[in-house]
Amino acid sequence: MPQISMTINGKAVAADVPGNTLLVDFIREGQRLTGTHVGCDTSQCGACTVHVDGKAIKSCTMLAASADGTDITTIEGLENGKLHPMQKAFNDNHGLQCGFCTPGMIMAGIDMANRYKKAGQKLNEAAIRHELEGNICRCTGYHNIVKSIQAGAKAMK
Amino acid sequence: MSDQGIGARVKRVEDKRFITGAGRYTDDIVEPNQAYAAFVRSPHAHAEIKSINSKAAEKMDGVIAVHNGAQLTGDGIGNIICGWGITSKDGSPMNMGAWSALATSKVRYVGDAVAIVIAETKAQAIAAAEAVSVKYKTLPAVAQSLDGLADGAPQIHENAPGNLIYDWEIGDQKATDDALKGAAHVTYMDIENNRLSPNAMEPRAAIATYNPAEDHYTLYTTSQNPHVARLVLSAFYQVAPEHKLRVIAPDVGGGFGSKIYIYPEEIACLWASMKTKRSVKWTSTRTEAFLTDAHGRDHVSTAAMGFDKNGKIVGLKVNTKANFGAYMSLFSSAVPTYLYATLLSGQYNIKNIYCDVQAVYTNTAPVDAYRGAGRPEACYLVERVMETAAREMGMDPAELRRKNFVRSFPHETPVIMTYDAGDFDGNLDQAMEAADYAGFEKRRKKSARAGKLRGIGFSSYIEACGIAPSAAVGSLGAGVGLWESAEVRVNPVGTIEVLTGSHSHGQGHATTFAQIVAERFDLPIENISIVHGDTDKVQFGMGTYGSRSGAVGMSAIAKAMDKVEAKAKKIAAHVLEASEDDIVFEGGEAKVKGTDKAMGWHEIGLSAYTAHNLPDGMEPGLKEGAFYDPTNFTFPAGTYICEVEVDPETGKTTIERFTASDDFGTIINPMIVEGQVHGGIAQGIGQALLENVVYDDDGQLLSASYMDYTMPRADDLPSYSVHHHSTTCPGNPLGMKGCGEAGAIGSPPAVINAITNAIGNNNLSMPATPAKVWAAIQETASAKAAE
Repeated sequence: MPQISMTINGKAVAADVPGNTLLVDFIREGQRLTGTHVGCDTSQCGACTVHVDGKAIKSCTMLAASADGTDITTIEGLENGKLHPMQKAFNDNHGLQCGFCTPGMIMAGIDMANRYKKAGQKLNEAAIRHELEGNICRCTGYHNIVKSIQAGAKAMK
Repeated sequence: MSDQGIGARVKRVEDKRFITGAGRYTDDIVEPNQAYAAFVRSPHAHAEIKSINSKAAEKMDGVIAVHNGAQLTGDGIGNIICGWGITSKDGSPMNMGAWSALATSKVRYVGDAVAIVIAETKAQAIAAAEAVSVKYKTLPAVAQSLDGLADGAPQIHENAPGNLIYDWEIGDQKATDDALKGAAHVTYMDIENNRLSPNAMEPRAAIATYNPAEDHYTLYTTSQNPHVARLVLSAFYQVAPEHKLRVIAPDVGGGFGSKIYIYPEEIACLWASMKTKRSVKWTSTRTEAFLTDAHGRDHVSTAAMGFDKNGKIVGLKVNTKANFGAYMSLFSSAVPTYLYATLLSGQYNIKNIYCDVQAVYTNTAPVDAYRGAGRPEACYLVERVMETAAREMGMDPAELRRKNFVRSFPHETPVIMTYDAGDFDGNLDQAMEAADYAGFEKRRKKSARAGKLRGIGFSSYIEACGIAPSAAVGSLGAGVGLWESAEVRVNPVGTIEVLTGSHSHGQGHATTFAQIVAERFDLPIENISIVHGDTDKVQFGMGTYGSRSGAVGMSAIAKAMDKVEAKAKKIAAHVLEASEDDIVFEGGEAKVKGTDKAMGWHEIGLSAYTAHNLPDGMEPGLKEGAFYDPTNFTFPAGTYICEVEVDPETGKTTIERFTASDDFGTIINPMIVEGQVHGGIAQGIGQALLENVVYDDDGQLLSASYMDYTMPRADDLPSYSVHHHSTTCPGNPLGMKGCGEAGAIGSPPAVINAITNAIGNNNLSMPATPAKVWAAIQETASAKAAE
């Protein structure tokens, strides 16, 4: 059983886990951080998106053992005394209904805002829709998610 | 008046927990003594079970128990039932086959549960389920309704000869035939409504806990209606007595109908918890969801609509074959009858309508209500026929609709509905203006210059929501009443809790329900909380589906508030030594009109509970309950206009504009209502362009993951142009009609009408994939070449 250690939301964690443990199960079951969700079995829906060393990763596609030594942020780690601008933007723009896909959407939204900013590219509606290829929502029709990410990215500057 | 009251775009109060990862869905919950369940499922669409050998599985690491259908029925667990009885044309009752939560002698669809394995971990349960050896004798299977009805089709349930569940009719057949005979023009169409999977993003889940010391059960489950679940689990399945069963539906990640029903897994988990004395948790995988969540739609219809020489509709005749899958799910029978054929009059004055419906067993997953439930099928049929008829008669599709609109209310249709209010011209006008219909020809030419085909399509939908007057639905076969309950509790400190039988799984009730209380008592919504989803807290309720939580659920709250207001006025009048008639609620206080005398809600609450100074004979306390039974259905309606561009080289459709004008009656929170419309339209566009449940001829499901079933993604969809043009619903105290399903009902025909307009070929079925559209373009081209 591999021994792994990593930082999750600024906290050092170490555990022995079976080698086939998915990162999402380690986060949900092992760390009881249940804001990261499982919506499919095939890495399509993106409800399990977290940040591994600052990059958005579908945590159902990664073994916990592969995340050894990394710095992970989950949806629970974003709020730092006050809401992250992307979280606030989802509330301001009614970017969620049932809330199940929302953590993944917010983590993906922050990641795309960071990448586009770094590359000096404009995160417009078309870019957001394209970037959301890996995140499925069944409630909102994406209209307000796109608006939320646009507003959140703007507020992050 | 409160700026957080009716009509205010109040930001959702429930969002905080969802955006911070603190939502509490069923799978997030861990019970102290929790074990995990996995199901052994049939790999065959139709087979006899010859033997089940679980000896090897039972010896595996962590396995606590393996139980099968013989044990389940042996323990007296009842069969799963359909709660709405339908009577066939010949007066005979519907033929409902037996459905055991775990199959006993026969499996009837791929995914049918055969045994439940309980183990210490999820991985152990899944591994052991794979080790259970089931010997089957496979039987021929059918997946399509027409195949199920064919001569010599395999018999799926003994008591449904020819796989026919019922053969039902509505309307006057002879009058309709006569009208069509005398018509100047008749449009004939074959119309399919494709099978869909609801796909709430949260998969179904259950945690069942039996407490032997108290002989009490608790079930956490992904339900849209926990009280109905408790009723059915106790009264019909005899899993646990009602007073010893608590059902909690915590945060639920979307439903769209699929979480109305009580499925085999919840029953089996409760029963297994009693047998193992462990909490038993089961969470569906996405593939299990595709296999076993109730599907939607799957109608095959023929339609004939006759017109006089002026374009007025004289009659509509429809035949529909409805695929029910392998078992009759909870409300399955009502969907292609009273939720479908009763809406075939659309927004139009049609004197003669006749529809008959054959419901058919096949070897597929059960089919039941999915967002819209019957009404999308009716709307798709009527609006495809209207658009086609306009083309055949060389008329403008908007004008043909206008010629036939109902304009005086109440309006009785020949299919038992009484439309109570609407302004169909107003919605059509608003949609045409917002969509810049006048500028379409210019845009079409521009697309043509770029080598693209541009098309526009209409859909003027109507639906029946706010389900439903209990006595009326009872007379039509419903096994339950369809009222809603509410309790309004004013606490001693003046804050207010509202307990409701409605259930929110994305609809935002914590916000909108609080808004109507804020409006009534002029209180900030921070002082109001909404309690739902727990049978130990809320006494009874019918739950959320059919766009009923506003028109029915909020009406119950309004009724309970009437009683609270009356008592609070009496208390205030007594304490302030004034007349009850002079008491008004303003700024969070009860005031005596025209004076500076006032008392705050906290003082009213305190007076009610200290009971030191109440009017003679008044009971202490300030809480009131109400049951609201609707007087009629409500009739949301509107017009949707879709504009598409098709690439003739690839057949790919791009939605360029999607415009909606809806009449939902009173709107409590426009932000939330628009969100409902967006989501509904997305599901409708999904049906029209992308989504399809596909079984092969042997009943194997080919679309069992997101790699095979095309969910609409952000890139597939446009931004929507959503507008409101409302008439007040006269049937309920708030004037509400309901908004949850309109988008999914109105949009599919608008999309297909637009594509067929673009490509000049009306022969196109849903989903209009690029391959199908491309083939239709080639068909048109070769027909032209032959001319």
